[in-house]
Amino acid sequence: MPVPDRTVAEVLDPAVPDPIDLGGLPTDLLVDCYRHMLTARLLDAEAVALQRQGVFPAYVSLLGQEAAQVGSAAALDRGTDFVFPTYREMAVALAFGVDMVGYLASHRALWHGGYYDPVRSRFGAVNAVVGGPVPHAVGWALGERLRGGPGCAIAYFGDGASSEGDVHEAMNMAGVFRTPVVFFCQNNQWALSVPNHRQIAGGSVAARAAGYGMPGVVVDGNDVAAVYRATREALDRARSGGGPTLVEARTYRLAPHSTSDDAGRYRDAEEERYWRGRDPLPRLAHALRSAGLVGPDFFEAAERDARGRVTRIREGVASAPEPPGTDMFDHVFREPTPELLRQRAAWCEEERP
Amino acid sequence: MTTSAPAARGERDGRADGAAPARPAVLTMQQAINRALAEALAEDPRTLVFGEDVGRLGGVFRVTDGLQRRFGEDRVFDTPLAESGIVGLAVGLAMNGWRPVPELQFDGFAYPAVDQIVNQVARMHYRTRGAAPMPVTLRVPSFGGIRAPEHHGESLEALFAHVPGLKVCAPSSPAEAHQLLLQSVRADDPVVYLEPKARYWERGPVPDDGPAPPVGTSRVVRPGRHATLVAWGAMVHRCLQVARLAAEDGVELEVVDLRWLKPIDADGLAASVARTRRAVVVHEAPLTAGLGAEVAALVQERAFRSLAAPVQRVTGFDVPYPAGPLEPKYLPTVDRVLLAVQRVLEF
Ligand SMILES: Cc1ncc(C[n+]2csc(CCOP(=O)(O)OP(=O)(O)O)c2C)c(N)n1
Ligand SMILES: [Mg+2]
Repeated sequence: MPVPDRTVAEVLDPAVPDPIDLGGLPTDLLVDCYRHMLTARLLDAEAVALQRQGVFPAYVSLLGQEAAQVGSAAALDRGTDFVFPTYREMAVALAFGVDMVGYLASHRALWHGGYYDPVRSRFGAVNAVVGGPVPHAVGWALGERLRGGPGCAIAYFGDGASSEGDVHEAMNMAGVFRTPVVFFCQNNQWALSVPNHRQIAGGSVAARAAGYGMPGVVVDGNDVAAVYRATREALDRARSGGGPTLVEARTYRLAPHSTSDDAGRYRDAEEERYWRGRDPLPRLAHALRSAGLVGPDFFEAAERDARGRVTRIREGVASAPEPPGTDMFDHVFREPTPELLRQRAAWCEEERP
Repeated sequence: MTTSAPAARGERDGRADGAAPARPAVLTMQQAINRALAEALAEDPRTLVFGEDVGRLGGVFRVTDGLQRRFGEDRVFDTPLAESGIVGLAVGLAMNGWRPVPELQFDGFAYPAVDQIVNQVARMHYRTRGAAPMPVTLRVPSFGGIRAPEHHGESLEALFAHVPGLKVCAPSSPAEAHQLLLQSVRADDPVVYLEPKARYWERGPVPDDGPAPPVGTSRVVRPGRHATLVAWGAMVHRCLQVARLAAEDGVELEVVDLRWLKPIDADGLAASVARTRRAVVVHEAPLTAGLGAEVAALVQERAFRSLAAPVQRVTGFDVPYPAGPLEPKYLPTVDRVLLAVQRVLEF
């Protein structure tokens, strides 16, 4: 499946605006971030293609949000922390080490929560209720504090979600209980067709933090180093008993809301062009190159690796087995009810050839 | 039902150690639930009790009285006033290995939490293919009969029983309240536990924790042979009143306490109707799409040939629970149940 070949050209484009400051961050970390961002970019395009081919019924692209997702994920401790995602956190999953075939099984509509184990992956099931998983992060973090564990929870949500009551209830509870949780808002400027100024009163999402007794930070969400630093600082605070933080990463959803959406109905191409000029990938590439942190072959080699990985994931998800019909009965309860068992038996009987 | 209750005592003072079996403690339902919560907190360090005013105050109905003092502020705590947040908190706690027993202060205020209950608690096990079980017991003081303000007396059982992934129960007596609560908190599935507040102050013997009938078992609380009355929560008491009155006229009514509203004991219902050939189901909730319809459907599916008359439903009306003086007219009265009994007998 051919992938649009824009990546290399973008990466090597020297005229990149808005330089980013890599100062003080280890090269390994930055290189890993670049690899994850590039892989996410390619995998995202592949997922869109899979939707066009009818393999996925729908897909929600994260194009343009790679730095916000990978930078924040890179700050997490994969052994102790727990991620509560929405439906758009594919690059977080990738950078956090989630089984990507299992993750994309959700988008292939094999199983709503995908095929990965959210508890062992420490990455909650894909959740389509806008704002719904945010209080779960607070509960998880409270539970972690009660048993004296070292972990932090991070709740991802959008600018639109920031209007949901659940998000406000969650932030207030976290402030009251001082739970080790980071509220990570990807403000990608749009909640489906509704822009920021019709969504957020009070100037910013971050401003709301003050009312909930926690710091609120605005960060350039297309600057992976800045996102990493802000998330890391929030996690350090949480881990040392300093309570929650709200991080608002300003970024942009370069793609339509989903493959079913037509963004041309509500926003103009000029705005998209502006943000394409702030694409987080070339910004990082440019910084890596101009700081002399990577050799001349790095970008091509990284792209080769990324493409190889993407191909394996695509093949894995396209050939993943459909669940047996009995699965729809078998996961409802730990202890199924007699009625459910009766329905299961009747269904099996009807299905028998 | 035990007829001769031992002298009332506030709290049971431990198990008898001698040869003679201890007489069961006599507790109010609210004390029985309190005792079950204390036992649940004591037996499993992962159990947590939380909600609005449940800590220091001990709950508006004092159901959690003394628990915070005994088990500490980490195990029994007040939350901010946010029902959806409370249930969402329970989801995250369960995902981190805890066994949450949140309280929603009043039935009508479960509505703000319906999204978390239906979309999250009930589905997390399913969504995660069993990786994230939800051993959550959601306590909801429920039903009418105390002339409460609006939203403080509602019947939510049909709503929750309809939701895949939830189990629902409602005790009718202190003993049932104790047993069903322990059973709910020990279950690995989410259970909505509906407490009939009109019966909170009813006293009754509460045997010690012991083997319980499986989840989904009903109980014949009064045997009879002319017709079966099916009820749960406070309406069990109402049906027993009816049965006593009917007995004066030589009509022997069997009263079945459903106990579990999901799973419903279809076999138990069929067995009772096989004996009596007639059934009247009584509930507080409005008629239309209420659980009475489910009971009637189950009875005709399982016991069609036994039936001598169509199943009758005696329920609240299709109106919101009305205020003060109208509430007793809304709730199924003894007379309305007796009329339905007459209809099934004379059919
Ligand atoms: C509670 C709820 N309401 C509505 C929707 C439909 N919906 C899905 S995504 C979306 C917009 C969300 O915007 P935002 O929170 O900014 O996240 P983004 O999609 O931009 O990542 C809407 C309205 C939903 N999934 N859940
Ligand atoms: Mg958005």
